Amino acid sequence: MRIAVLSGKGGAGKTFVAVSLAAAAKQACYIDCDVEEPNGNLFFKPEEERTRRVSVMIPKFDDEKCTGCGLCTDFCRFNALALVRGRVLLFKEICHSCGGCVLLCPEDAADYTQREIGEIREGTSGSVHVLTGMLDTGESSGVPLVQELISNIPSGETEVIDCPPGSACLVMESIKTADYCVLVSEPTTFGAHDLAMAVELVRLFRKPAGVILNKCLPEKNPAKEYCLQTGVNILAEISFDRETGKLLSDAKVAVNTSPYLKAQFLDILATIKKEMRP
Amino acid sequence: MKKLVILSGKGGTGKTTFAGAFIKMGDIKAYADCDVDAPNLHLILPPAGEADEKEFFGLGKAAADPGKCTDCGLCETVCRFGAIKGGCVDIFACEGCGVCMEFCPQGAIEMRAHVSGLTAVYREAGSVFSTARLYMGSGNSGKLVTEVKRQLFENIKETTLAVIDGSPGIGCPVIASVTGADMVLMVAEPSVSGMSDLKRIVRTAQILRTRIGVCVNKWDMNGRKTGEIEKYCRDEGIEFLGRVPFDPSVVKLLNEGRTMADLAESPAGKAIKDVFVKTVRKIYEQ
Amino acid sequence: MKVIIPSETDRLDAPVFGSFGRAPWFAFADTVQNTIKFIENGAMGSAGGAGVKAAQTALKSGAEAVIAPRMGQNAAEIFAAADVKVYKAKAGSIEENITWLAAGKLELLTQIHPGSHGGMHS
Repeated sequence: MRIAVLSGKGGAGKTFVAVSLAAAAKQACYIDCDVEEPNGNLFFKPEEERTRRVSVMIPKFDDEKCTGCGLCTDFCRFNALALVRGRVLLFKEICHSCGGCVLLCPEDAADYTQREIGEIREGTSGSVHVLTGMLDTGESSGVPLVQELISNIPSGETEVIDCPPGSACLVMESIKTADYCVLVSEPTTFGAHDLAMAVELVRLFRKPAGVILNKCLPEKNPAKEYCLQTGVNILAEISFDRETGKLLSDAKVAVNTSPYLKAQFLDILATIKKEMRP
Repeated sequence: MKKLVILSGKGGTGKTTFAGAFIKMGDIKAYADCDVDAPNLHLILPPAGEADEKEFFGLGKAAADPGKCTDCGLCETVCRFGAIKGGCVDIFACEGCGVCMEFCPQGAIEMRAHVSGLTAVYREAGSVFSTARLYMGSGNSGKLVTEVKRQLFENIKETTLAVIDGSPGIGCPVIASVTGADMVLMVAEPSVSGMSDLKRIVRTAQILRTRIGVCVNKWDMNGRKTGEIEKYCRDEGIEFLGRVPFDPSVVKLLNEGRTMADLAESPAGKAIKDVFVKTVRKIYEQ
Repeated sequence: MKVIIPSETDRLDAPVFGSFGRAPWFAFADTVQNTIKFIENGAMGSAGGAGVKAAQTALKSGAEAVIAPRMGQNAAEIFAAADVKVYKAKAGSIEENITWLAAGKLELLTQIHPGSHGGMHS
């Protein structure tokens, strides 16, 4: 069963929930798709980590064969190419890897080559298989890295995908193959507002979903009210607890030290399994 | 006019909270919400007037004419994004490169303008607030961020300081919000994750060669980690602009659509004012 | 000498535009023929690579020099590769800046700011 954990709002507790679900499950694979700021590995501290670099395709141009016709430069919609003194200059960070220039060159002067944008680290932490995607700083798009992560998940009983914040392209790539989406929210108007966007996203992708109301306080909870008003499924309510907050700030896996939290997360896993049953 | 951008790397550290407080405390007349994926600034600085809204067009997306399509499948072969199958375009996957259009033997494909978001500018009492929303499933967040900034600067002529609320992460929308900034203030969280994320956003800002300042929010959630952040700043030669303690009343305050500027007398209120003063001083120093 | 300057409008009294890549227009002046005309900058609405596209437009027009208040890395690299000098604009109108250039009163633009995409090229 593949569960994606997202939130719309950053800081609501995605990593806390994703790490907890993976740690509580009997055997799980944790996949960190928040490639811009991956945090799960800080909690799991995986051992025997293997790293492999991930690249994207970019063109390269043979100056000898190039006649300076400019077809490639005129074609590129991303403005990644410039023709100067009969030579083609590539602005590789603007290149979207569409391959159009290579296909179009009438002189066979353009070919494919690779450019590294990040890496995937793979290791184990107890019964959890940990995959972490890490985008190189300065890179603007982690989408190819997330795609690489998702297409190489070793099959297991429970797979938990930790998504990036928001609901844009990185998140979409992360949830595409999920069986179920867990939406994490916090009791603020920001949280409720962004939760609504996350709900819109999972509905668009037709994913069964449930909400975990995190860091709940005794006061009015705008996120809970949103769920009750719109009929969005509430999976669990986790209270704000300063002690837990301190544990998390020290990157401790909370369910390993709190039997109460572990029971809560086992409950959540069971509920999801039940909801997924045909 | 000086431009201050508030970032964090990690989500949820308090960017919008700080941006809102600064705007109120400094009587800022020009501000923007560049977190176009999940804009929240309007929730604590509710705009009063009517918005000047404009549709935002991202790069055009492919559209195939079923009448001309002969199902030869060539488009599918040349598309590197798996965005076209059986003459049907997946607009979420389509990057707008135009390769399918170029190679279609029937000329059945065209690139169609695609509305990927909505920008809004609020003008009232001499102040300008520029914000936007990226529509679900759209890319081009960097371009939309650039547009939000452009609309802010186009509408404000005379002011000393503009404040920009940024987005979490280190990618495209963040990079787009940093370009042209006079200073970036990082709001950090005193935690292992917060430290790791701070380092990555600092490195990103350093690549873009911007002036950087760091502050810690909710510092007493983990005093030791706060100390580590301060040491990191010293080691890197980054100015540390202060620490704000956790205040349980802030959640209720924000939920009421108010900012921390209303907490003037509390320790947290005083501390955030102090960070603001230090930040402004740093922006103007030579 | 053929010079190009980013402009806010397509009128002679227009101020020099603050940035190069996203200027709505370019004023194209020929100091020998003493003519000025305006070219639209198609890069203004570009998603990315505005500097690249704008610089290409400038090169295609036959510009031999550029006057701009600031410039990004991508455009600067293109001009460097094309041996086109970039001068720092002084506060004033387009016409004034052209006159200053002809009189040798403008300095080369040395502060190039990084582009939103790092601006490396191979």
